[in-house]
Amino acid sequence: MPDLLLELYSEEIPAFMQRPAAENLKKQVEEALAEKKLAYAHAHIYWTPRRLVLHISNLSEKSPDRQETRKGPAITAPPAAVAGFLRAGGLTSLDQATILTDPKKGAYYSAAITHKGRAARDILAEILPEIIRNFSWPKSMRWGADSAREGALRWVRPLHSVLCVLSTDTQSDIVEFNVGSIKSGRATFGHPFMYGRKPINVRNFDDYAARLTKAKVVLDAGRRKEIILADARNLCFARGLELVEDERLAEEVAGLVEWPVVLSGTFAERFLAIPPEIIRLTIKTNQKCFVTRLMPAAKTAAGQIEKMAGPHEHHDKKLANYFILTANIEPKDKGEEIIKGNGKVVQARLADALYFWQTDQKSLPDLPLLRQSAEKFALDMHKPLDQRMAQLDYLNVTFHAKLGTQGARVARIMALAAKIAPLTGAESKAARRAAALAKADLQTEIVGEFPEMQGLAGHKYALLQGENAAIAAAIEEHYKPQGPKDNVPRNPVSVAVALADKIDILVGFWLINEKPTGSKDPYALRRAALGVIRLVLAQDRPLHLLPLFREAAHLLHISIVEQHMQNFAGSKISAATGQNGAALRPAEEEKHFEEQLIAGADAALRDLLGFFHERFKVWLREQGARHDAIEAVLTAQSDDLRQTARKIEAVIAFIGSTNGAALLNGAKRALNILAAEAGKKTQIAAQVDPVEFTAKEETALYDAVFQTEKKLQALPAEDNFSDALAALAELRAPIDAFFEKVLVNDENTTRRANRLAILARIRNLLTPLADFSRLNG
Amino acid sequence: MSLPVYLDPRRSFQGLILTLQTYWADYGCALLQPYDMEVGAGTFHPATTLRALGPKPWRAAYVQPCRRPADGRYGENPNRLQHYYQFQVILKPSPENLQELYLGSLKAVGLDADRHDIRFVEDDWESPTLGAWGLGWECWCDGMEVSQFTYFQQVCGIECAPVSGELTYGLERLAMYLQNVDNIYELNFNGRTGAAKISYGDIFLQAEQEYSRYNFEYADTALLHRHFIEAEKECGALLAAGRPVEKGCSYRCVLPAYDQCIKASHIFNLLQARGTISVTERQSYILRLRNLARACGEAFLQTQGGGFTPAVPPARTVEKQTNSGETSHKTKNKK
Repeated sequence: MPDLLLELYSEEIPAFMQRPAAENLKKQVEEALAEKKLAYAHAHIYWTPRRLVLHISNLSEKSPDRQETRKGPAITAPPAAVAGFLRAGGLTSLDQATILTDPKKGAYYSAAITHKGRAARDILAEILPEIIRNFSWPKSMRWGADSAREGALRWVRPLHSVLCVLSTDTQSDIVEFNVGSIKSGRATFGHPFMYGRKPINVRNFDDYAARLTKAKVVLDAGRRKEIILADARNLCFARGLELVEDERLAEEVAGLVEWPVVLSGTFAERFLAIPPEIIRLTIKTNQKCFVTRLMPAAKTAAGQIEKMAGPHEHHDKKLANYFILTANIEPKDKGEEIIKGNGKVVQARLADALYFWQTDQKSLPDLPLLRQSAEKFALDMHKPLDQRMAQLDYLNVTFHAKLGTQGARVARIMALAAKIAPLTGAESKAARRAAALAKADLQTEIVGEFPEMQGLAGHKYALLQGENAAIAAAIEEHYKPQGPKDNVPRNPVSVAVALADKIDILVGFWLINEKPTGSKDPYALRRAALGVIRLVLAQDRPLHLLPLFREAAHLLHISIVEQHMQNFAGSKISAATGQNGAALRPAEEEKHFEEQLIAGADAALRDLLGFFHERFKVWLREQGARHDAIEAVLTAQSDDLRQTARKIEAVIAFIGSTNGAALLNGAKRALNILAAEAGKKTQIAAQVDPVEFTAKEETALYDAVFQTEKKLQALPAEDNFSDALAALAELRAPIDAFFEKVLVNDENTTRRANRLAILARIRNLLTPLADFSRLNG
Repeated sequence: MSLPVYLDPRRSFQGLILTLQTYWADYGCALLQPYDMEVGAGTFHPATTLRALGPKPWRAAYVQPCRRPADGRYGENPNRLQHYYQFQVILKPSPENLQELYLGSLKAVGLDADRHDIRFVEDDWESPTLGAWGLGWECWCDGMEVSQFTYFQQVCGIECAPVSGELTYGLERLAMYLQNVDNIYELNFNGRTGAAKISYGDIFLQAEQEYSRYNFEYADTALLHRHFIEAEKECGALLAAGRPVEKGCSYRCVLPAYDQCIKASHIFNLLQARGTISVTERQSYILRLRNLARACGEAFLQTQGGGFTPAVPPARTVEKQTNSGETSHKTKNKK
């Protein structure tokens, strides 16, 4: 059975696209092979900056023959129909057909046709060019003279050659096809700088891999990563240093080189005054190099400390002025030039970073201009971070064209955070202060350079200007949690600001009707909603979302109307120049717009709650919650998600228990009967009248219902779902007995109405806990 | 060809320019001179922007002084300038071996790929004001970005057919590396030593100081704003005046219109450096500039340079041209 080797050789593919592209190539080819009924043992992928490679082992030589029985016309059919049948089936005469009979049709012709399997090579020559032509890249391009033609081949960067061979132990054949003006062949190329551009002809995968190694290409990205990390660790160790490991950086660097050569360089010690996080980002983001730190005196002890410390402490340990770089060549001069060059660039970058870091701690020049903004947010203009917030407001930096400025947004977050604070156990004053500073670092130089420092930079600058630790931490933590796996902050101030920040953005986009659709979610609103959900679930006290939505909407109205009127004034000016002052009355427009906004707000907020419910369901199911339990408990009104989650938990536990499961059956039966009778508009008594009872089971059930009602009333309102469900479970025996002995649909309408009334009482007991009809028994 | 010592790109800024010019001249490029207007990048030169459009093959190389008002540092930053040089190469269609050609040029200036780590690092290029984008890389030499390498996909909002390859060398940065200096102003410009040496600072330090003052402090923003609007209007007016006399004819005044687009773009950069453009305004300025570029690009496709063949007999066209040429002349005189 032959092996297939496919190599797509191009100019440098962006590092982060390589793996997904190789995986996609594999998927596409596997699907096409399956469709064509070609079997194989394994499919392996490889990638380098210049190539995507697929190796499929033990591929069937041809697709299997396929049998088909083709029904033909009746034997009495006109000759034309018979001829058509012969033609379609590829038969030369009727001798090749058989005659079958069928009660309806009578005697008719039938033919057993064998579709011969096709050679794998032919099938591949058909499917591979299709896959290459339709390959999906995040961004693709045209190039060269071909690019002028309609339907020119697109690739991520110019594609230079396609190697495609089918090989056995004794034979190696090119799978021949064309894509664009490239003809498939058996040639590959080595390392562009160390081997030159001579083509290398290969027979099969082993031959290919061996020749590439000789031509200075490490084919396997995992292997390249190992080399980089192992050599980096060794280089560090030799200098008494420790590598600051960074998995993603290692992966990226492995995608930048075909022949990794690890070297180390240095920078001036004075740059170590910059916070380690910034040094690391500078060197990593701009130069794709690793940083190092001094090796602790006793390695094992340090290892333990590390385990206890959080991720930030980990990075914050003192760095060394050595960095690790990965070159793509074995330099003739042992790397002198490369080290010198990289050192220069790193040094220049760090000089910038140091300048940013120091500038951010200095006063801004135009403080008097910022006075008004300072007052708005109660800022202390002696403090650098406060000045940055004032500047953010003063510059009218837009947050969104319909939602107004960042300054207005911060003002809203402050007001909302102050409202939320008591619900999370924070002081309103602290929440206000933290919110006032939360976005200030957007105006710092360091965040301008490294957007990923937002929050963390604010945290550091806040501590430097003497803010209280909880407030400073909230500046960083209010962005959290940033996804399903990110930590949920516990600090009550952080929680208050985080909720305010996220609720403001969500309500804002719902009010202007710019909700996420399909894959489009540019403001990460789904993530924000999940963030709110996870924050709320981690709280110890109840927290209702709708009142917070309303509060946020109230705060937002002013911004949205203001912004609308500004846009309106803008459009008025341009319109006026066009048609010479058509009369437009802003006051009317404002009134009209505001009325519309308010009229639509309630529906928007309900819709937002629905959006939360969708995210909430996804989250619960990912946590393993039963679908039916979620549906039974969650109602359109549920806005205390923490309580809802606890109910769902209790319901799942309950229906898992013997009593619970049994009660569920009875309860469902009761609910079904009620639903059916309601459909028929059968009369149900307004009150149960014990005088009408005829069976003792009826009396027993009524007593039990009465007892349960009393028990449930005695239970404290919130959070006692398990107890409440346990109380309900005691209804199980009386319900079962009732259904066994008593016929609800009695001929006597009064009696029937009375019995239905008992069932309705049961329903009233169940409904506040869950919609039992939605639970699967 | 062996150069005299004072033209060695490792010690002479002008030697670097001459070496690159010679290299690309050998390849067959037309060596153009800088465009005589203020531009933010070599791409704005009509030899790139407009020539990248249409089907006609094209090869050119030139030095282009670039102005980035916001990058001025009063001559105090060793790495940043508000006026600097780019060496620009444009090849249409992009040749198959463009990467090799580029590496050859680095070798010519003294950067050998067997001692230097040359890397093509993803960098998708986009110019929102030109309505242009392309895919390519920033080219690193030992960790330093020394060039931009782009396959143009769209220019002036128009698909490039065929695609051009564009190489942009940051000359100062490259020279600093070659000459092993840490301060731009210390670059040796003429490659001489002792009293005969002319440094980059000798030529440009004063200019950097003065232009920084102008860019950040003295520029009259009201005046600039007016100029912007005038240039914008003039661009449209010129295109309209030179529009095809009838269906199937060429546009007759695209290059002057495009000059106005360049002018508006530079004024926008100046206004931005003065910090008088808010974020929302910025968006609308960019949109206005893009509209100008698009209009010029579309018109250029209906000119000879854009590969357009007029459908109307030439004699008639000439006659008409003279007529409307006069009309547009009159309009101009009125201003």
